[in-house]
Amino acid sequence: MSHDNLPVKDPDLSHVVADPGIEEHIERFTDADKGAGNRAYTAVLLMLAAVPVLAIAFVVIYFAVPRDAYIDFGWLHASAMNVGLGATGGLAVLLIGVAAIQWARALMGDHESVEERHSVASNADDRALIAQQFADGVEQSGVKRRPLLLGAIGGALGFSVIPAVVLFADMGPHPVKKVRRETIETTIWAEEVLLLNDVNWLPLRPEMLEVGQLVNAQPETLLELHGTEYMIEKAKSPIVVVRMDPESIRIPESRRDWQVSGILAYSKICTHVGCPISLWERQTHHLLCPCHQSTFDLGDSGLVVFGPAARALPQLPIRVNEDGYLVAQSDFTVPVGPSFFERDSRNDFVKGDN
Amino acid sequence: MARPTSVVDSSPDVEAREADSTNSSQTGGVLGWADDRLGLAKLGRSGLLRKVFPDHWSFLLGEIALYSFIVLLLTGVFLTIWFKPSMAEIEYDGSYQLLKGLPVSEAFASTLNISFDVRGGLLVRQIHHWAALLFVAAAFVHMLRVFFTGAFRKPREVNWLIGIGLMSMSLIAGFAGYSLPDDLLSGTGLRFVDGLIRSVPIIGTWAEFFVFGGEFPGSILIPRLYMVHILLVPGLLLGLVAAHLALVFYYKHTQYPGPGRSDNNVVGYPLFPVYMAKAGGFFFIVFGFLVLMGGLFQINPVWLYGPYDPAKVTAGSQPDWYMGWVEGAIRIMPNLESHWGPTTWSWAIFLPGVGLMGLLFGALAVWPFVEAWLTGDKREHHVLDRPRNAPTRTALGVAGITCYAMFWLAGGNDIIATRFHLSLNAITVFMRVAVFVAPVIAFIVTKRICLSLQRSDRERTLHGSEDGVIVRSPEGGYSEAHVALSQDEAFALTQHLQHEPLAVSSDTDDAGVAKKQQVGRVRAALSRWFLGADVQKPTVREIEHADHHGELPEVESSDDGKPQLH
Repeated sequence: MSHDNLPVKDPDLSHVVADPGIEEHIERFTDADKGAGNRAYTAVLLMLAAVPVLAIAFVVIYFAVPRDAYIDFGWLHASAMNVGLGATGGLAVLLIGVAAIQWARALMGDHESVEERHSVASNADDRALIAQQFADGVEQSGVKRRPLLLGAIGGALGFSVIPAVVLFADMGPHPVKKVRRETIETTIWAEEVLLLNDVNWLPLRPEMLEVGQLVNAQPETLLELHGTEYMIEKAKSPIVVVRMDPESIRIPESRRDWQVSGILAYSKICTHVGCPISLWERQTHHLLCPCHQSTFDLGDSGLVVFGPAARALPQLPIRVNEDGYLVAQSDFTVPVGPSFFERDSRNDFVKGDN
Repeated sequence: MARPTSVVDSSPDVEAREADSTNSSQTGGVLGWADDRLGLAKLGRSGLLRKVFPDHWSFLLGEIALYSFIVLLLTGVFLTIWFKPSMAEIEYDGSYQLLKGLPVSEAFASTLNISFDVRGGLLVRQIHHWAALLFVAAAFVHMLRVFFTGAFRKPREVNWLIGIGLMSMSLIAGFAGYSLPDDLLSGTGLRFVDGLIRSVPIIGTWAEFFVFGGEFPGSILIPRLYMVHILLVPGLLLGLVAAHLALVFYYKHTQYPGPGRSDNNVVGYPLFPVYMAKAGGFFFIVFGFLVLMGGLFQINPVWLYGPYDPAKVTAGSQPDWYMGWVEGAIRIMPNLESHWGPTTWSWAIFLPGVGLMGLLFGALAVWPFVEAWLTGDKREHHVLDRPRNAPTRTALGVAGITCYAMFWLAGGNDIIATRFHLSLNAITVFMRVAVFVAPVIAFIVTKRICLSLQRSDRERTLHGSEDGVIVRSPEGGYSEAHVALSQDEAFALTQHLQHEPLAVSSDTDDAGVAKKQQVGRVRAALSRWFLGADVQKPTVREIEHADHHGELPEVESSDDGKPQLH
C-alpha cells in the first residue's frame, strides 16, 4: 500500500513532547529464567491434562448421580446433578481458556509489532473512477433520454410493498367499535352472577366477611370456560370483595345501592398496566399494586391516592340474592384494566363525583 | 451444409498432460488443496495472519459480549430440542411434585421438563439465562468504554450506529426469552407490555390486537415470541455482529495513547498466534465462568413462581436487570392522563415506556455527529481519548449513567423500602426529583474531577512527580523532591489534540457579500460550553522553560537506584 493514504497527514500536530517511539522491550521472567519458563510450560500442560479428567467426571456424574439427589451444604441447596455437571464442565472449559492465555502471556514471544494504518477513504483517483463508472452506467441505462423509467420503477416498487404489508392484516382481529365492545370493554360479569371465593370456589355470603376483611373473587361463569377463553376472561374478571365499616368510608349517593352494608366489590385489575392488585392495608382502606405501587382508596370509590395509575378502580355493583348470596347487579359500568386510546373515560368516577 | 474441416500443418501436442502442479506442490497438503480452490493465500499479502491488535483490558468488554452471544446460540439450540412454545393448557405430569396435576401451559410444562427431567437441562437453562444477562451487561459496559474514550469518532460512526442497533436488538431478544416459560413472573411482564402497547396514542389498541392476536393473553403470543426469540432477532443480531466485527477488523483497532502510538499506526501483538490464543482462551474463560454460574447460582426458578395466572402477582416483581430502568420510570411517573372527548391519552405509561427508550437510543445514536458538530473536528481518530481530556463528554456520560442508575433504583423502590425500612411513597417522591437533580450534580462533579486531573497532568509534565521521599532540612523544614517524568510518560500525557472552541464566523465574504455562515452564535456558544473549560496542556516553550530554569531539581540515580538530590 502506498504511504500517501495515511489517516492523518500530520500525526505530530499536537505533540509538545517528541514521540519517543515504542518502549524498550523488557524480558519477561519466563524468558530470562529457564526454570521459570519451564514451570510456566508445566503449568500449562497440567491445566490441559486436567481437562480430560474433568470431562470423564462430567460423564460419570451424568450417568451415575440420581436426578433427585440434593446437596444441602452451607449456602448451597441445589440439585447434585446440576452442581456436579456445572462444576466439572465449567472447570474443564475454564482451564482450557486459562491454559491458552497463560501460553500466550508467558511462553509466546512478546515483542510488540507496529503496523501502519491506512485511511478508510479512497484516494481522489479511485473516487473519480467510481464516479465515472456510475456515470457510464447511468448513460447506458438510458434513463437520461427516457426519464420516466426511473419514476415508474420506483413507483412500482413502492406499490409492490402494499400487498406485503396488507398480508399482515390478519395478525389479529380488528378492534373496531363493535369488537372492542365485545372484548376489552366488557367482562363476563352480569346480573345475578354469583361471586365465588377464588380459593375454594364457593359462593360468598355477606356474613362470611368481617369488617376489614378482603377476599378475592371471580364470577361463577368463569368456571364454564376453558383454555384461551378462560385466560382472557380471567385477565379481566377478578374482583376484590371488601367489607368496611360503612361509617368510616365515603359512599357517594350514586353508588349507595351498589354495596351491601359496607361490602363493596372492585375490579382487581389495576387501571395502570393491568397487574392484579393485591396488597390490602386494612386500617387505611388502601389497596396497593405490587407492580408499580399505584394505591387506591377502597373507602372512597377506588380513587387513586398514590402512584402512576390515573383512574379509579371500577366498582362492581353488587347485592344479595334471595338465597342470601352475593351477586353482581350488572357488568362493570366502565371498561376494566389499563387505558387504551379509544376508551371513553368520561364516565369514570373522579374526585368530587357524588 | 457441412463445411470442410480445416487442416493445420503442425498439430499441437495432443498427449494428455497433467495440470501444472507447481502451485500446490509449494504449499502442499491441506493448505495447497484449499488454496487451489479458494485462493485464500492471497489474503496473506494484506498481513491477515499477522494483523496487529493492541492490548488493553477494556478491549475485552466487547469480547465478553461476543462470547456470551456465542454461548447463547449454543445453549439456545439445546433448549429448543425440548421446549414447546405453546399456550395450550395441559395437566402437569412431570417429576416436580408440588405442581403435579395442575393445569399449566405447554410452554411452562416443557420448561419444567427441561429443568427436572432432562439431565443437564437445568444447567443449560441456567447458563442460557446467565449468558443473556451477561451479554446485555457486557454490551452496555463496552458501549460506555467506547463512549468515554471517544472511540466512536471518525471514521467509526457507522460502527457506533451498528452497536446501537445491536443493543436494542439484544433488549428485545432478552425480553422475548424472559417471556417464553410462561411462568407467573414472565406473564406479569407480558401484562405490562400489553399495557405499554395499549398506551401508544391512536394506534395502541390496534397494535395490541395485532401483537396478541386479540385480547391479552390470547393463545398465540408465545409462539410468536418464540419466532422472534430464536429466528428473527438472533438472525438480525448475527448479521449486525458480523458487520460490527468486520468493521473493527477493517479499521484496525483503536489504541490508547502511549510512546510510539499515533493515529497512523497500531502497536500490539499479531493475530496469529498471540491474539488467537488470547481471544480464543478468553472465550473459554467466559464460557467456563458461565457454566460454573449455571451450576452454582440459581436463576429464574420458574417452578417457585408457578404458572402464569392473570389474577395473581407476587410482590417484588422485577424484570431482568436491563429493563429495570424502564420499570423504574414507569413506577415514579406522576399519573398523567388526558381524556379528550371519547379518547384516552395515557401519558403516564407512554412517555416513560416508549418515550424514554426512544430518547436513550436516539441520543446515543446522534452523539458522534453532535460532538463533531461541536468541535468542528474532521480528522480521523485512532488514538483514544483519556476520559479526562474530554471533560464535558465524560461529565455528560457520567450524568447519563447517573440518570440511568436513578431510574434503575426506582425500579426496585419496593425492595429498597422493605430492605431499608423506608417509606415507599417517600422513596418514590425522592426518585422523581433525583432523576433530574442527581445527573446535574454528577455532571458538575465529574467535570471538576476531569479538570483537576488535567491540571495534575500539566503539573506533572512541567514539574515532575513527587519522589515519595520526605527530606528534613537542618532547619527542620520538610520537603519532597520531584522527579522528572520519563519521556514516555510525558509524551502519553501531552500527545492529545486540544480543540479550540469554534468562533463565530463571518456571514459575509471578503467582498462583503452575504454568504452562508459556517458557525453561528448558538453553535459557537455550545462549542465554548463543550470545549472552553479545558486546562491548556503545556506548550513546548513552557516545557523547555521548566527544564532549563532549574524548576526541576537535577536528579541522578545513586547506586541503590534511589534518586538523590544534589
